[in-house]
Amino acid sequence: MNPVTEPRPVATRVRCIHCGLPVPKGLVEPGSDRQFCCNACRTAWTAINSTGMSEYYALRERLGGDAQPAKSDGGQYEEFSDAGFRARHIQTDPQGIERCELYLEGVHCAACVWLVERTPMVIDGLVESRLDLGRAVVSLAWDPARADLSTIAQTLDHFGYRAHPAGRSSQLRARREADREALIRIAIAGALAGNAMLLAIALYAGMFEGMDEGIRFGFRMLSAALGTASVLWPGRVFFRGALGAIRARTWHLDMPIALALSIGLVAGLVNAIRNSGEIYFDSISLLVFLLLCGRWFQQRGHRTAADALDLLFALTPSAAHVVDDAGTVVEMAIDSVEPGMTVEVRAGEACPVDGVIISGMTTLDESILTGESRPVRAGQGDRLAAGTVNLSAPIRVIAEAVGDKTRLGMVMRDIERHAREHTPVVGQADRLAGWFIACVVMLAGVTFLIWARSGVEAAFAHATALLIVSCPCALALATPLVTAVAIGRAAKMGMLIKGADEFESVVRPGVVLFDKTGTLTIGRFTKLDWIGDRQLESKVAALEAGSMHPIARLLAERDPAREPVQHHVEAVDHRVGLGVVGMVDGHRLAAGSLELMHALGVKPNHDLEQQAEARAKLGHTVVFVAQDGTLAAVAVLGDELRSESASTVDRLRSAGWRVGIVSGDRQDVVDAVADTLGIEPEMAHGGMSPTAKAECVERHKKNSPVVMVGDGVNDASALVRASFGVAVRGGAEASLAAAHAYFLRPDLGLLPDLIRGAGRTVAAIKLCLGVSLGYNVIAAGLAMAGVLSPLVAAVLMPVSSLTVLGLALHARTFEAPESSR
Amino acid sequence: MSVLWIVIPMALLLAAIGVAAFMWTVKTGQMDDLETPATRILFDDDDVTSPDETDAVP
Repeated sequence: MNPVTEPRPVATRVRCIHCGLPVPKGLVEPGSDRQFCCNACRTAWTAINSTGMSEYYALRERLGGDAQPAKSDGGQYEEFSDAGFRARHIQTDPQGIERCELYLEGVHCAACVWLVERTPMVIDGLVESRLDLGRAVVSLAWDPARADLSTIAQTLDHFGYRAHPAGRSSQLRARREADREALIRIAIAGALAGNAMLLAIALYAGMFEGMDEGIRFGFRMLSAALGTASVLWPGRVFFRGALGAIRARTWHLDMPIALALSIGLVAGLVNAIRNSGEIYFDSISLLVFLLLCGRWFQQRGHRTAADALDLLFALTPSAAHVVDDAGTVVEMAIDSVEPGMTVEVRAGEACPVDGVIISGMTTLDESILTGESRPVRAGQGDRLAAGTVNLSAPIRVIAEAVGDKTRLGMVMRDIERHAREHTPVVGQADRLAGWFIACVVMLAGVTFLIWARSGVEAAFAHATALLIVSCPCALALATPLVTAVAIGRAAKMGMLIKGADEFESVVRPGVVLFDKTGTLTIGRFTKLDWIGDRQLESKVAALEAGSMHPIARLLAERDPAREPVQHHVEAVDHRVGLGVVGMVDGHRLAAGSLELMHALGVKPNHDLEQQAEARAKLGHTVVFVAQDGTLAAVAVLGDELRSESASTVDRLRSAGWRVGIVSGDRQDVVDAVADTLGIEPEMAHGGMSPTAKAECVERHKKNSPVVMVGDGVNDASALVRASFGVAVRGGAEASLAAAHAYFLRPDLGLLPDLIRGAGRTVAAIKLCLGVSLGYNVIAAGLAMAGVLSPLVAAVLMPVSSLTVLGLALHARTFEAPESSR
Repeated sequence: MSVLWIVIPMALLLAAIGVAAFMWTVKTGQMDDLETPATRILFDDDDVTSPDETDAVP
């Protein structure tokens, strides 16, 4: 047996009883049949079982829901009972029942619906809990005399779902009302169009086979009534849109629509009353119906982007523990905290302000701004930024900047500003609208002149026909429809795309910039390798068992299935910043940095030291191990590359993209990763701050479109500036608001699929636009030639819409790989 | 053909009833979430926190 090259065991992996993911070696409890991959999962499992909800697991199995790790953070949710929060998010109905909507992180399957909707059985006073799985929003209703929102949120958190306010209650209500109104408009327009078409069929039949004059007049008046109702009731949104565009002096697709609708309506009404000439009410009402459908799809698409932006505000802590002059700690809403105040940050909490530590020693997780998840030690005099999570001990901080003035606040502001600017007011169809109006009006004028010789009435009739048939119905339907279908397909593959407006930028290959930590790599420190005497691995684990240092914790991980031996450890001496020394099974063992080895006067081993040096150059952290005064082994720790990173980079390069890295990590580490992935050295940018990343994106953007791929807040500014930003992690993160698309599962391999799908979507949109414009051209030609009867118009219009519909539904945009259902 | 003067208003009335029914479903929130109810039906009867009862609250 060769201990050095022995592969790491895979088959014996222990799986978490709550989420089914592999349990890290250090957390495996020997002999227990309940293993957890993290504390959150343990809490969730315990909470679910102790409340009699254990059927959740059976249900999940039965319904085929995929398991996910619990998202709980063990927060107290005290701010949910805060007066300011209540005013913004909680509604009280006349019966005294309070209602609120919360966004839940981590709901993903039918079994989650079951669990969340059963919480009223656990919490006394909670009368209703309804989960909307699509939006991941739960609507809660409770009796304030018996329950409060903090307790409810805590319980949901214990079940594994972190809760955030879903948005201001007034806003949510307004949006719901708007959605419902839009649906009702579609229904009314549909009914009116259906009936107008029935009447039209009778009238057309009457044209060929003869019809009683009284009935004909009656039918024409009836369809006039239906058509007028359709334009004036559900169709008035287009006039509102057109008026708005005129006031704002821009072009909007509503303008040609409003023009066609009003001309058709007026001409039809005049002809109906005169009882001669053509009427177009069937076409007009059908137009209104189809256009409203297109509008509906479009609104749905914009909704996702707005939702993500709202979540941004749920991220920053909403309350702070302020220490007043008397030394007592009071909880305050974050808006009332001012620079100069002393704030207490307890273990597990995120710091609400930018400031300086005045007392306490602790470890901090600064990943929100740096992207590096390695914990950092901090004590008196050290600065920390808002959003930094305090990991181990309570500290007190003097606030220097609060709210929007903090670094996090400024990043958020930046994202918000950019994201709002990004939401395009003028879409492609709108850009076409101006040309469209000009062409149509010109053609109508030409038609009138051509036919003026054969009489003013005929000229009017033909010009009107042209104006009506060239209403850009299919045009207004094409883009939203293709986009909605494509985005729906992408979501099934695990990618959430906010809108297709930016797809254009990835049609031709440009530059893809990856963040390193958490994007190309897993983002977590793990034990990668053990060079030298393998027997020492479990001894070192025993030696490091008592230490809280993050590196020691990793070394203390052991696999009890493979190493059942219990070691006898004594005389352990932790040397701060160097390592640890102690007696294990009667041997003197030391583990730590090279300095520690020198300090102890350890007999060197050149082979080992050389190997260690090589690994250190790759950006890995090496720990030297000496037994009885001789250097015996080297442990290699590092952040592992994702298994799919290399193949993703290869696929992108073969598709013609230039690949680069922008990272906050040291340049030599970035170089090492770039080398492994085959990325040119000049495209590997290390030591980048969030601002530098954003500048780098801007720089590359001057030459070609830039796709930025990242995670976390530190990439957000770059994501929002990129031609197309992709966040690799879901959940309530700032990158979500900044990115144009994000992955629901951490799989970089989705990126090439996303880029290919985006290109195909753009092609499909262009095809649909072309086809619908083609129909308009044909119809306009027929109208100019004077052979366009209302019957031809009535056939041509739905046929063009149906063609677009068919093309949109069958366009090969995003295609799921065979393996997924 | 004078029967048309009865039949057509009846047809329009029927359509109006249909639209009114749809408007009722929209206004009572039955169209707000089209995804979750499809999963709710999979739970056994005793699993459900009788959402229909809670829905009755105006």
